[in-house]
Amino acid sequence: MEELLREYLPILMFVGIAVGIAVALVAASYIAAVQRPDSEKLSAYECGFEAFTDARSKFDVRYYLVAILFIVFDLEVAFLFPWAISLGRIGTFGFWSMIIFLAVLTIGFIYEWKKGALEWE
Amino acid sequence: MIVQALTFYLFAGITVAAGVMVVSARNPVHSVLFLILAFLNSAGLFVLMGAEFLAMVLVVVYVGAVAVLFLFVVMMLDINFVELRQGFLQYLPIGGLIGLILLVELVLVIGAWVVAPDAAATIAEPMPAPERMTNTHALGLILYTRYVYLFQIAGLILLVAMVGAIVLTLRGREGVRKQRIAAQVRGRREERVELKKVPTRGGI
Amino acid sequence: MPVAVPELMPALPEIFLASAAMALIMFGAFRGEDSTRTVSWLAVLALVVAAIAVPVVTQSRVTTFAGLFVTDAFAVFMKELILLGSALAIIMSMGFNEREKIARFEYPILFLFATLGMMLMVSANDLIALYLGIELQSLSLYVLAAFRRDTVRSSEAGLKYFVLGALSSGMLLYGCSMIYGFTGTTRFDVLAAMFAGVDGAEVSVGLIIGLVFLVAGLAFKVAAVPFHMWIPDVYEGAPTPVTAFFAAAPKIAAMALFIRVLIGPFGDLADQWRQIIIFISIASMILGALAAINQTNIKRLMAYSAIGHVGYALVGLAAGGEIGVRGVLIYMAIYLAMVLGTFCCILCMRVHGRMVEGIDDLAGLSKTHPMVALALAIFMFSMSGIPPLAGFFAKIYVFFAAIQAGLYTLAVIGVLSSVVAAFYYLRIVKLMYFDEPVEAFDRPIERGMGVILAGTGVFTLFFFAYPGPVLNSAAAAAAALFAG
Repeated sequence: MEELLREYLPILMFVGIAVGIAVALVAASYIAAVQRPDSEKLSAYECGFEAFTDARSKFDVRYYLVAILFIVFDLEVAFLFPWAISLGRIGTFGFWSMIIFLAVLTIGFIYEWKKGALEWE
Repeated sequence: MIVQALTFYLFAGITVAAGVMVVSARNPVHSVLFLILAFLNSAGLFVLMGAEFLAMVLVVVYVGAVAVLFLFVVMMLDINFVELRQGFLQYLPIGGLIGLILLVELVLVIGAWVVAPDAAATIAEPMPAPERMTNTHALGLILYTRYVYLFQIAGLILLVAMVGAIVLTLRGREGVRKQRIAAQVRGRREERVELKKVPTRGGI
Repeated sequence: MPVAVPELMPALPEIFLASAAMALIMFGAFRGEDSTRTVSWLAVLALVVAAIAVPVVTQSRVTTFAGLFVTDAFAVFMKELILLGSALAIIMSMGFNEREKIARFEYPILFLFATLGMMLMVSANDLIALYLGIELQSLSLYVLAAFRRDTVRSSEAGLKYFVLGALSSGMLLYGCSMIYGFTGTTRFDVLAAMFAGVDGAEVSVGLIIGLVFLVAGLAFKVAAVPFHMWIPDVYEGAPTPVTAFFAAAPKIAAMALFIRVLIGPFGDLADQWRQIIIFISIASMILGALAAINQTNIKRLMAYSAIGHVGYALVGLAAGGEIGVRGVLIYMAIYLAMVLGTFCCILCMRVHGRMVEGIDDLAGLSKTHPMVALALAIFMFSMSGIPPLAGFFAKIYVFFAAIQAGLYTLAVIGVLSSVVAAFYYLRIVKLMYFDEPVEAFDRPIERGMGVILAGTGVFTLFFFAYPGPVLNSAAAAAAALFAG
């Protein structure tokens, strides 16, 4: 276990340095820059008018569909990693077991293709 | 060892703090961003436990995909979260009570922590020592053969998720002109071009 | 590392059903929306084939897939009920979906996946297999509840079902992880061996808390009080044939899982879980009887009635033992017939091509539709437990088991609450036979619906004359559970 964690030490250091730099930059702007807060600086400016509506508009549901289809295939890929590195030891059965899994999801893929879920129009 | 302990407390502390911020942040988008922070720190905790594969999957799937989905959903639902939060204080006593009961139960559980004497023997596949093989490899050795049943059901669940998402959200839009490349390529000159004899000064 | 292909034979019906569902997805995707009716009938055919295959592949208790999957006489009995319920629900849906313009080929396919999930639940021999079965079933059901996606109520039903279902899955998983943490195994047979002959008092608190969470999660799935709050809204909001399906097959699967989990691995800890079951049983019976009284929507009424019936069935589980389990099995079989028949009648409630769901719309049905009124009256009498109809026997067997186990209070409360519940069942009969008719329902009733109505009606009415097959197979199924 010790051995394993030692391998991750560089990553930990890297994360530490990244966080340090990020904090330093934000802190420096607080300390060094001139701060003159004014409520008008934060208010919306829309060609001289008051803002009519919220600047955030609703997203189309199609984004959600694309995202969820992406997740499904993302998970599928996650299953491929352990399979790929242990393929030599799990034999033909292990191989075909993954092929069946992929076939099931390919059926889903053909279905969504035929339904036009992948088209943006 | 001391670095390991410190890192654990750092990750665990940030995870809990980020979890609190997820529920208390005013802006829902910030909530999602704090959720991502919580995921990343949980991944760190997994690494500390030696579960590298889980840690990486957490980053790839949860941070990479689920959090993005959450962002879409938050942006899709035009909910005024400030208004939604107004009943918060009203429900605080009940919520707090439930939390307290769960806490008491957890304390009871930890206080009476008696693992069955033969538990170690019954564990189906103990985690191999990391020096011997990585746990991604260890997972691969059992997931596709010994646990093929569970693996295939997981595939079917993903299939149902796909079908369900399409059934519930996909709608054909009317009056949209699509580009049909096959039809374009198939088109013949005779279908597309018509020659008209135009008499001089007559016009069509 | 030995890599042997597991024995596939015991799981053949499930494998067939999965393949059939995927083949139908392809068929539907390539043939387009007008293939819906064909796909529906093919799905029914697949269910029938699976129903034939289930008893053929199961001669005795067999486990396969490294002990994750088990099939025995108990599984056969439950799977037959589930397959029957699903097939009939698909047939009941066809006309409705076409009239309501929600006929799409995914509908029967989602039924197939839900049914497959239920069969996996019934055959689960491991906590993870149990969870995956539940998820496959629930995910399909969430989508089905929201299938009429253009109406607010259906979407709301789907969303509520999903959120509360996810909550219950969370509780279930929490319980499972506790159990795994304290025992180091998720396998039912290993757990059973571990607890064999163990005195309940010696078991650690953590394990008991895990068990309680597991029971809470399962109680959610059967909609027993106090985990019932989703059911009225889901029943009301979901399209009516989907509600009929919800009322029939998933209830049976969840109850089968309840029995399998509590009798199998935790059978020797009965003293620990019996009091929970007694509590939720009493609470469900009482709430089912009282809350249904002032309902005006027939689907909501059926939801509260379902809560009550789950309470009665749990009486048998609380009694435990072979007799108790047999009681539950008989109860579920009879309940399946009654509830499908009742929903057939509800699906006939159509005025000028529009569905109506008010109880008052049934007024004077005996004059406009004598046969439907007669059938509905039979189901209502049967549900309230009036002899000699089937529902009476269902109740007799569970109460008898409770008395044998010495749970007199439970039996008495059961009888009292069924007397109270009789009020609202009989009110419907009174409305149909003694009130002035309102607008008549549309004619004609679909042929398939008429056949189902007649079949379930005859079963309910004449169960007393020929109860042998159900009683014997239920007894054999219950015995199989205790043999291992």
